Amino acid sequence: MEQKITHHLTDEILMGYAAGTLPEAFNLMVATHVSLCDECRARVESYDAVGGAVLEQAPGNNVSLTPGSFEATMALIAGGAPDEIRTQHPKDMVLPKPLQDYVGGGIDSIKWRAIGMGVKQAILPTSKDASARLLYIPAGAAMPDHGHHGIEMTMVLQGAFQDEDDYFARGDVEVADSDMHHTPVADIHEDCICLAVTDAPLRFQGLLPKIAQRFARI
Amino acid sequence: MQESDGKRMQWVDHMVRIRDDRDQAAFAALFAHFAPRVKGFLMKSGADASLAEECAQEVMATCWHKAHMFDPARASVATWIFTIARNRKIDVLRKQRRPEPEDLGWGPEEEPDQADVMALQQESEQLGQAIAELPEAQRELIQKAYFGDLSHSEIAAQTGLPLGTIKSRIRLALERLRHAMK
Repeated sequence: MEQKITHHLTDEILMGYAAGTLPEAFNLMVATHVSLCDECRARVESYDAVGGAVLEQAPGNNVSLTPGSFEATMALIAGGAPDEIRTQHPKDMVLPKPLQDYVGGGIDSIKWRAIGMGVKQAILPTSKDASARLLYIPAGAAMPDHGHHGIEMTMVLQGAFQDEDDYFARGDVEVADSDMHHTPVADIHEDCICLAVTDAPLRFQGLLPKIAQRFARI
Repeated sequence: MQESDGKRMQWVDHMVRIRDDRDQAAFAALFAHFAPRVKGFLMKSGADASLAEECAQEVMATCWHKAHMFDPARASVATWIFTIARNRKIDVLRKQRRPEPEDLGWGPEEEPDQADVMALQQESEQLGQAIAELPEAQRELIQKAYFGDLSHSEIAAQTGLPLGTIKSRIRLALERLRHAMK
């Protein structure tokens, strides 16, 4: 197994994933983290169990099915299982499966775009209510200082980063909200690759990043 | 054994019969119990009656087709059907892809240990009971969270959800699965 993950997702995010109420980019974060973290996988599955209880207790007796519903279902079944197009990518050392599906392959398939000071990003195609992107931060380099305007989650896929308070290695997620103001720095030993998702545009401080922001859609 | 425990194990038994024998009588019983609940869940989540009906039929057909994926050491039948209904909701109502975590394997490789299955099913029952016994306001909040009536910031931490034992049980099942794959 991987080294121990010490920074996990919050209960409200895991519950939202189980309930199916999160934006797609957040779902991608949860699926990616859970691929590496059995602790959070067990927590998600227990929130699934809450969903099971809600379904079980939902009054089924005052909802009536259309006449012939069962027969229609048996006809659906007789039609065979729908084809599931599941692309099987070869195992990647950096990208867990759910991310590979969005990148369209492994680490070499990521279409990086430079956004200044050696930092690169690749925006992933998700629904518009939140955004997901991969970040590439050279070893020892700092991310531009930025304040947050919503929820932002950043998960390490390769290397590590630290901010004022903590150290984050592969699998660790930093969950930041609008109160937080921080300057993460990539660990000196290896270039750092992260998945970052946010439900609001990030606001960088300082002139240069601000201009870059306009082009880079950060 | 309490009557309700028996009921949950009975649904597990139905799933086994659907999986192994393609047993239509077992499926009919499952359908009669769960299809209206799935339809109700989808309507509460914002689908109109005819869309909810259509999706409920598709969800139940998926239960038939994917019966071999059901792992009774990790979920109750109600939980498993809930996850299928939820995925359908995201697909049809929200028109989004739902990224799923990497599989740990291809579903249950062999028959899971019967004691594990009993324990998980029993804990699911206890969780259900505990939720039913929560104060009205709190229970409503949980239902709203699952029907999508609350934004994720409104959900906040759902304290009072007794997840401890079921979480440890699922964790144990995951560890065994990982171990079995080595």
